[in-house]
Amino acid sequence: MEFTDVKLETRGYSLYYGDFQALRDVDIQIPRNRVTAVIGPSGCGKSTFLRTFNRMNDLISGVTVEGGVYIEGQDVFRMDPVELRHSVGMVFQRPNPFPKSIFDNVAYGPRAHGVRNRARLAESVERSLQAAALWAEVKDDLTKSALELSGGQQQRLCIARALAVEPDVILMDEPASALDPVATLKIEELIRELSKSYTIVIVTHNMQQAARVSDYTAFLMMDEEDRAGYLVEYGPTDRIFTNPEHEITERYITGRFG
Amino acid sequence: MSQEAATSKSLRAKKVTLARLMRLATSGEHEMSSAKASFVRRHLMQHLAFALLWLSGLAAVGILLAVIGYVVVQGAQVIDWEFLTTPPAGGLASSDVGGMSTTVISTAYLVFWTIVIAGPLGVLAAIYLVEYAEEMEGSRGLIPALVGVVRFAVEILAGVPSIVFGLFGYALFVSARALGWSFSMRSAAVTGACLVLPVIIRASEEAIRCVPRSHREASLALGATQWQTVWKVVLPSAAPGVVTGIVLSVGRVVSETAVFFVTLGGTVRAPDHLFDLASPGRSMALHVYYLAMETRAFDKAMGTSAVLILIIILINLSINVISQRMTGRLGGA
Repeated sequence: MEFTDVKLETRGYSLYYGDFQALRDVDIQIPRNRVTAVIGPSGCGKSTFLRTFNRMNDLISGVTVEGGVYIEGQDVFRMDPVELRHSVGMVFQRPNPFPKSIFDNVAYGPRAHGVRNRARLAESVERSLQAAALWAEVKDDLTKSALELSGGQQQRLCIARALAVEPDVILMDEPASALDPVATLKIEELIRELSKSYTIVIVTHNMQQAARVSDYTAFLMMDEEDRAGYLVEYGPTDRIFTNPEHEITERYITGRFG
Repeated sequence: MSQEAATSKSLRAKKVTLARLMRLATSGEHEMSSAKASFVRRHLMQHLAFALLWLSGLAAVGILLAVIGYVVVQGAQVIDWEFLTTPPAGGLASSDVGGMSTTVISTAYLVFWTIVIAGPLGVLAAIYLVEYAEEMEGSRGLIPALVGVVRFAVEILAGVPSIVFGLFGYALFVSARALGWSFSMRSAAVTGACLVLPVIIRASEEAIRCVPRSHREASLALGATQWQTVWKVVLPSAAPGVVTGIVLSVGRVVSETAVFFVTLGGTVRAPDHLFDLASPGRSMALHVYYLAMETRAFDKAMGTSAVLILIIILINLSINVISQRMTGRLGGA
């Protein structure tokens, strides 16, 4: 797949945990302001792949990589990870708000990047909560502990927290897998809404979710012999789900394995 | 359903008292059925075990209360406002005159300086061990090896008898010509800091390690630096545990004698003020020792002990209050 407006890209990208190869030779281009879903069976390296773009894999000892990873043509491994994460936000599988107030959760990123002005922080918090469709529910008790929110609200708070840093890219690692169906639906609506102004990469276990929210879908699979993850195919979501090129993709999305 | 099963089932429905068991065991014209016998045996065992546990608990509490009660009752006879506010008389025959005021002051100064030295050092060392050193574990090189040594040393130091710390302090700070610190608040505070450092490091390490990894990841993913993550997320979450370690250390310093016997000296005069580090002093626990062993003022030793016990009780209560406040504040409903 070739795009004219590429936001993220990997070329010949491989990742190893010690001697174990988790990803092999992944080439992908992810377009700007679209939702790209990454699907595949458990253990195929989806999350590892996602964490490549904000270098969260750096936190794990013994990880080595080969090949290149680029954001707008810039090699992420030559960037300062702190700067990189300023423009690449992340939402995790389980809602992980800090044990602080709602306000302090959202203001955490801006504060970490040096914003001290109360008015600017308040404005940033409101804008982010609005964008995460949570403002109406929490605007009257911003000083309440974030841990008092429901699971779905907590996850939208985590999205707001990521938005407050004003990233261009949002990585989502199965953001709805710990939520009930109603909360899941809200998150999915939010993803569609956010894709107007953000590049979103979402890892999901849920085929319907990938079909509902994404513009493009990448299918990862692990090698039968050494269990290294590789990219089977990548294309517009419609085509992947209706007319996949590889038989294995079809078997996976129709639920015959994985 | 067999008859036996029906019997034991109906038995289970009601509360099995000892009286009922006895009645059950002695009643019945024939031999007891095996189910019935097993039922009686198991429930007798249960009663027996429970009685044993209850007695042990009672005995443990009883012994403790006896010690505390005896000291407090004995001590209460000499404790009054004058006892608390007059300095000890010193000398051998201080049975009739003198109180304990300066020892309270010396103890307070000692606690202050010990914690000022050991608190920040211990917490920072714990942060280093957990946040920075742990990711290097398993790799080779000088620093990982050093980390292993530090961790091992902390374990060992926590189990070293306090008089060994005292001896170390005596050799290094009190008697060494180079420092010339002699018996003084500074010798005692530095040695005391060595004594409580393992306590603070271990409590803080435990607390810091318990902060969920997901909080650290969330912070780093927002572009915070590792230090910001430690300072803004990890430490606040770990605070109750860290504070508990520090308060425990306060208790340790208040109740320690051996270390301060050989570093603080024994003068009944308190240092002039908090920053008078060169003067010797006498902590409350030391005062108890001197009174009991070197004077005939045994009643005053009891009085001082009673005050000491009250202070320790207050410290322990404060640990509960502090950790409840801190976890309750933002822990959610």
